[in-house]
Amino acid sequence: MTIVDFTPLPALLGGGLIGLATTLLMASIGRIMGATGILSAAFFAEDDRAWRWFLLAGMISGPAAYLTLTGSWPEITVPVSTLSLVVGGFLVGIGVSYGSGCTSGHGVCGLARLSPRSLAAVLTFMATTAITVYVVRHVVGG
Amino acid sequence: MRLVSVYLIGLIFGLGISISGMANPEKVLNFFDFAGTWDPSLAFVMASAVVVAFFGYRFVLKRPGPSFDHVFHLPQNQKIDVKLLGGSAIFGVGWGLSGFCPGGALPAIGTGRSEVLIFALALVAGMGVARYINTHAARRFQTPWGPDHHKPVAHGPISHAPRGPLPEAPGESYKD
Repeated sequence: MTIVDFTPLPALLGGGLIGLATTLLMASIGRIMGATGILSAAFFAEDDRAWRWFLLAGMISGPAAYLTLTGSWPEITVPVSTLSLVVGGFLVGIGVSYGSGCTSGHGVCGLARLSPRSLAAVLTFMATTAITVYVVRHVVGG
Repeated sequence: MRLVSVYLIGLIFGLGISISGMANPEKVLNFFDFAGTWDPSLAFVMASAVVVAFFGYRFVLKRPGPSFDHVFHLPQNQKIDVKLLGGSAIFGVGWGLSGFCPGGALPAIGTGRSEVLIFALALVAGMGVARYINTHAARRFQTPWGPDHHKPVAHGPISHAPRGPLPEAPGESYKD
């Protein structure tokens, strides 16, 4: 194992802002900051979609705010093929719908509420993500 | 005022994701690559976010209610079932293949990068398909009229029979 690109301070600062936004969304409109529920309901819910689209618009403005503060766009390097993006994105969409949440909904909000259901979800998807990365990088691609 | 607040909260979230590295698939995939090039940063992102939200929630949920709503909308489902674990397992496979999770990819749309847009379209397509399957499975197992009104009416316009709202299938919830 080689440790690469370890950036603990931005990680702590960015995570802190994610936790702050999570807290503020509960304080203002009483909602869980879960990207899955917000995105899915923004498209498919029958009503109460306006706040979800405003929240999404705010999220999408995040990189521009980062550009304003630092002078550069956040780094995005995609080391996978377009096919992996399409298949991966589709599986994520199916999985988070049946699992009722993702890294933000279960991983941040659920764990912060000490929910056993969310802990079970997080341990499951962390395990299958690690297995998938291992298979792709060291079995198939090795 | 309510929607402006929500926009600004989304902005804080998106800025946090941008700073943390969660929007960067290379960094995310390296976090899971224990056998190769390991980047422990994302553990610090998660830990920091959970600790702040833990104390934040403790403070906020003591109040009588949120500023712009009547109640806190907290998930009530506590079941740990096949649906939760199977869905989460599938999510992990997709996350491992692409390097994007929904919370990381949504803010990243703001960079305008084509890879993010491709992922986001596939993500919404997957959500739509899951919702379609769920709706149809619910219809198959539960008649829209409920068990007491299942029999066809002998005389009268069957096609205009009154329909109540569709019963919600157990566990079918996208609240969180």
